[in-house]
Amino acid sequence: MHVPDGFLDAPTSIATGAVAVVAVGVALRGARRELDDKTAPLAGLVAAFVFATQMLNFPVGAGTSGHLMGGALAAVLVGPWTGVLCVSVVLIVQSLLFADGGITALGTNILLMAVTTVLVGWLVSRVLIKVLPKRVGLVAPAAAIGAFLSVPAAASVFTALYAVGGTADISLTTLATAMLGWHTVIGLGEGAITFLAVGAILSVRPDLVYAARGVIAERDLVIKPKESVA
Amino acid sequence: MSVEKKRVPFRWVAVGIAVVALLLAGVVSYYASAHPDGLEYVAGKTGFLDSASEHGAADGPLADYDTSGVDNERLSGGLAGVIGTVVVLVVAGGLALLVRRRSTGSSDEA
Repeated sequence: MHVPDGFLDAPTSIATGAVAVVAVGVALRGARRELDDKTAPLAGLVAAFVFATQMLNFPVGAGTSGHLMGGALAAVLVGPWTGVLCVSVVLIVQSLLFADGGITALGTNILLMAVTTVLVGWLVSRVLIKVLPKRVGLVAPAAAIGAFLSVPAAASVFTALYAVGGTADISLTTLATAMLGWHTVIGLGEGAITFLAVGAILSVRPDLVYAARGVIAERDLVIKPKESVA
Repeated sequence: MSVEKKRVPFRWVAVGIAVVALLLAGVVSYYASAHPDGLEYVAGKTGFLDSASEHGAADGPLADYDTSGVDNERLSGGLAGVIGTVVVLVVAGGLALLVRRRSTGSSDEA
């Protein structure tokens, strides 16, 4: 969903740029609470993984493809604030080094793929993890559902931005329908990749998964008294 | 905490993620779909793809995930992917290390 230069007019691009600067600034402060000596290198690795996976466009039919955005994945693995930073770094490197995503559209792309997908992916998976039984096995499915929903959410935000500052005179209803439709399908891929990646880390080191911390702590509390009885 | 049987060392997990990322970007990316992504496709169908302007960094040595000067398509894309993965790892990891809360005192891990 990398927006190129020229899709949105200058005022809208400046506005999204300002929102992105504020968001990254707030994330830098928030990430301090999530990052320590061990999770900091993990954040770098998660960002690298998101970059690599974003290169893997998967076909979604009728000559279209989609790729991971990674906001939900990063948020679940290393925390939401750090997740915003991880995806933002990916987007900045992609734009400056690989000419992928316009330079004047950097704010727009950060707003869509770093902020929106982290926000939706994190909130949905967090609510699910809270509501569902506290089992480690349910963390990956919760993350997958958050990831799935984060993609049509980003598509909706793009449509809203286009309604405000799109440079071409097109039917907004057509745009909204097409964007939501295709990105719901792409979201299935986002959910699947997120499920596999979160599941893989959970299977070896569940304690490294940020969103699973509460689940593991509560599970320990259940296990210990049983052991003291036996 | 002590309930775990035997923990996989963090170092192995880190190496594992790095290797998978490098393989995906360096090798598997060659087989990725070349079709336009969702936004590009919708832009084409809806009729605003033409409004995209030339990218400011379009002449860069790694533009469009191709390494300039490398003719072999597989190598050119793979190399660009590997370089990008390493750059992102260093920048994001470095940023995270700067932002992190330091362990008080000089409690070195290794």
